[in-house]
Amino acid sequence: MSAPPPSLLVEDLAFAYPDGHQALFGVDLRVERGERVALLGPNGAGKTTLVLHLNGILRAGRGSVTVAGLPVEKRSLQEIRRRVGVVFQDPDDQLFMPTVGEDVAFGPRNLGLPEPEVADRVAAALAQVRMSDAADRPPHHLSFGQRRRVAVATVLAMQPEIVVLDEPSSNLDPAGRRELAEVLAELPVTLLMITHDLPYAAQLCPRSVILDGGVVVADEPTPEVLSDARLLADHRLELPYGFSPAG
Amino acid sequence: MGAAHGGALTARYMPGGTAVHRLEPHVKLVSVLAFALVVVATPVHAPWAPVAYAGYLLAVLTAATVAGVGPGRLLRGLVVEIPFAAFAVLLPFVAGGPQVEVLGLSLSRSGLAAGGGLLAKATLSVLAATVLAATTEPRALLRGLERLRLPQVLVQILMFMIRYADVVGGELHRMRVARESRGFTGGGLRGLRVLGATAGALFVRSYERGERVHLAMLSRGYTGSVPTGPPAPVAPRSWAVALSLPLAAAAVLAAGMLAG
Repeated sequence: MSAPPPSLLVEDLAFAYPDGHQALFGVDLRVERGERVALLGPNGAGKTTLVLHLNGILRAGRGSVTVAGLPVEKRSLQEIRRRVGVVFQDPDDQLFMPTVGEDVAFGPRNLGLPEPEVADRVAAALAQVRMSDAADRPPHHLSFGQRRRVAVATVLAMQPEIVVLDEPSSNLDPAGRRELAEVLAELPVTLLMITHDLPYAAQLCPRSVILDGGVVVADEPTPEVLSDARLLADHRLELPYGFSPAG
Repeated sequence: MGAAHGGALTARYMPGGTAVHRLEPHVKLVSVLAFALVVVATPVHAPWAPVAYAGYLLAVLTAATVAGVGPGRLLRGLVVEIPFAAFAVLLPFVAGGPQVEVLGLSLSRSGLAAGGGLLAKATLSVLAATVLAATTEPRALLRGLERLRLPQVLVQILMFMIRYADVVGGELHRMRVARESRGFTGGGLRGLRVLGATAGALFVRSYERGERVHLAMLSRGYTGSVPTGPPAPVAPRSWAVALSLPLAAAAVLAAGMLAG
């Protein structure tokens, strides 16, 4: 029996925006099924541009993206968007339906699933993020941390191959940050997490990739990346005061 | 911003469990629309018109009582009518034809009837709509409109308006706080310029948010329609209860026509 294909395979991906600004210069990244990888890098490194290629919002100028063996192409877009669940930074951008339950149901209904299965998936996804009580509430009644967890549930309901999180810990209070970490640590999916929060990367992701200037400049176990002071400094990454990567 | 908890739009809704609250939203919408049509169909110049208006008023006030919507809430609902009311009040002064003396003012007889009719019809329709708004949650209204086959695009625009009214309101509030924190007091021509810039910034921000929301929707497989769950079946009794309002009005109208 052959091994399952990697959840994510990015090969020599290059991309320039229509205004000529080139954001990616040949990115290679392979994420195996079940891995948790942190994607680090300074602002403007091309992290968000890379993420928008993973579900085909942006189309590769050169190179390719493959999700669990399926190449990202125009005719595979609907299935690619089921396989790649992107959680955007601002939950108010992601949650637009009148209630939490309807919002979580939005993706599964787009897949054309029958109603009983939609209901099952909504219940399961909300349970996974510990927000089962909130199904009938409007999103704007929730705290910011709760809204972010619901945003995670909206992509879990698609039963994705890989979940991509853009700055999951930003703007959260310490308890909200910890609650989200507990939820993420238990998810049985492949995880790619963009973050500036290096302790969060250390806590959740055994492996870290640094993207800078549109290329991958480091791809190592997280403890090694975080203890390489020179590497971090070269790419405008900094550990919080008092934090020791060994501890 | 509206009420601290419910948000700007949900503040118009009065939670409750009356018979009117329990009716399906699309049934209520049909009822209110039919009531308004009967009211509008009443001939303005018929001598029995004022009696018919009184009959309609009785019908809509009965509905409001059953729904537990108090006079204060009804009066606040009438605020939207003010521009129409201003126009109606002008009519007796500008219309031609036979004149009549009222408190020393020379007014047009047909203008009085037309203005009064306009005012009465608008008021009755707005009262019925106020009862609807007070007993139906905004998102339930939306589902009702969808069920009545309002085009998807319009339903989606309304849905986004309901969802983001508070987000945009919050943004506006933060901009105001930031402005005032730097000593801005408003007033005068300079104040207007600053408010203009604020409106522009708010528009750009909202536009950009719209783009981000669209991106997030595409990422979850959006292809142009927002799928909703299966519609709940409606008991015939609901239709009977809801349609009693327009049917009562229609009876008043028919009686007037026969008697007149």
